[in-house]
Amino acid sequence: MSAIQNTIRIDNQAIPFTPGQTIMDAALAAKVYIPHLCHYPGLPPSGNCRLCIVEIENRSVAACTTPAAADQTICSNTPELNEARKALTQMLFVEGDHICPSCEKTGNCKLQAMAYYLGMLDDHFPQFYQRREIDASHPDILLDRRRCILCDLCVRASREVDGKNVFAIAGRGTKAHLIVNSPSGKLADSSIATTDLATTICPVGAILIKEQGYQVPIGQRIYDHHTIRETSLQEHIAGCDKLKRKEHQDTER
Amino acid sequence: MTIELTTKRKIKIATTSLAGCFGCHMSFLDMDESLTGLLEQVEFDRSPFTDIKHCGRCDIGLIEGGVCTAENVHVLREFRANCTTLVAVGACAINGGVPAMRNYFDLQECLQEVYLNGTGVTNPQIPDDIELPLLLDKVYPISEVVHIDYFLPGCPPSADAFLQLLEPLLAGQKPIIQKSQLHYD
Repeated sequence: MSAIQNTIRIDNQAIPFTPGQTIMDAALAAKVYIPHLCHYPGLPPSGNCRLCIVEIENRSVAACTTPAAADQTICSNTPELNEARKALTQMLFVEGDHICPSCEKTGNCKLQAMAYYLGMLDDHFPQFYQRREIDASHPDILLDRRRCILCDLCVRASREVDGKNVFAIAGRGTKAHLIVNSPSGKLADSSIATTDLATTICPVGAILIKEQGYQVPIGQRIYDHHTIRETSLQEHIAGCDKLKRKEHQDTER
Repeated sequence: MTIELTTKRKIKIATTSLAGCFGCHMSFLDMDESLTGLLEQVEFDRSPFTDIKHCGRCDIGLIEGGVCTAENVHVLREFRANCTTLVAVGACAINGGVPAMRNYFDLQECLQEVYLNGTGVTNPQIPDDIELPLLLDKVYPISEVVHIDYFLPGCPPSADAFLQLLEPLLAGQKPIIQKSQLHYD
């Protein structure tokens, strides 16, 4: 009986879940991909990129923040929702500096890979060309706020995994921007390190490790050979393994 | 009758590079042996390939580069007025591309940095020859100036991507760029 109770249906596919699991985690565990940019396995959900929008009986919800509940009937991979996701991706592109040929992250960028996955051919909306401050103060890490999509993955990674609280998002609407927790507000005076998850988790080219540029040539990068669907499903498996190992270590202690 | 006409008449294509680097044109030429088959079906009107200076009535216009100067606006409008189908080719035409990196600065700041205050500048003066087209305040994607029918992303789009665009267009069909072919770099 519990087996039937603990099942949701996504696009007519029965998917098991454990109580407390979100729709996103249940789907990824069953190798059902729901597009996302601000979800990362093991980090608390934030629900800000809205790409994981799904429909439960004509109600739109973010799959990453909505708990799975018995008998939910969910639509995800529909032409309408994928068009909405494409429009959201286009808005993310025009809000910031996402000129791929001039960005070191090209080919490894999740925003770009998402646009490929959704078949985005143009930006549709007028470009913002917003001026945002670049922080090049740190000897090893660059922060280019113009490319930031405010997914707040670095905020959560720094707080939850690195235990440092280096980043936060300040301001609202088009004024929203990433701030650095240090006396000067500069990265150089913060405790961030190149080995932190907050440094490497950035899905776009907003946080980059210096002096590594173009070590992997364009054309041989992740999304030159894989789709974001493939890498996200792998990321989920790797993330779950990591969590299990951590829980195991914690119980042993 | 119509079929006979379409088989006899060659499809007219015009191409130009606005604020671009001609890389998209070079990639077009990378079609190599496919070009011979293409030339049986098409003829070029205004294009760097022909050096024809103004566009006549054309079936397809391929635009490389964004809109950076007043002259770019005139050329783009001439293409729109004369081409049945207008295609934005490459990153610069689609979103301004690398030239649009100047949009994060004032035009005056850019000119002063390049021609007056920059490292190694000798005889500092901002060029103002009457022959030089006036720069716009920003570099614009071409779709912000005229209506665009299709977009072919890439920096540059590969020769295969050009074929994927042109083959259906020549057959009078809507081109569909495969997601696996999509590249913005």
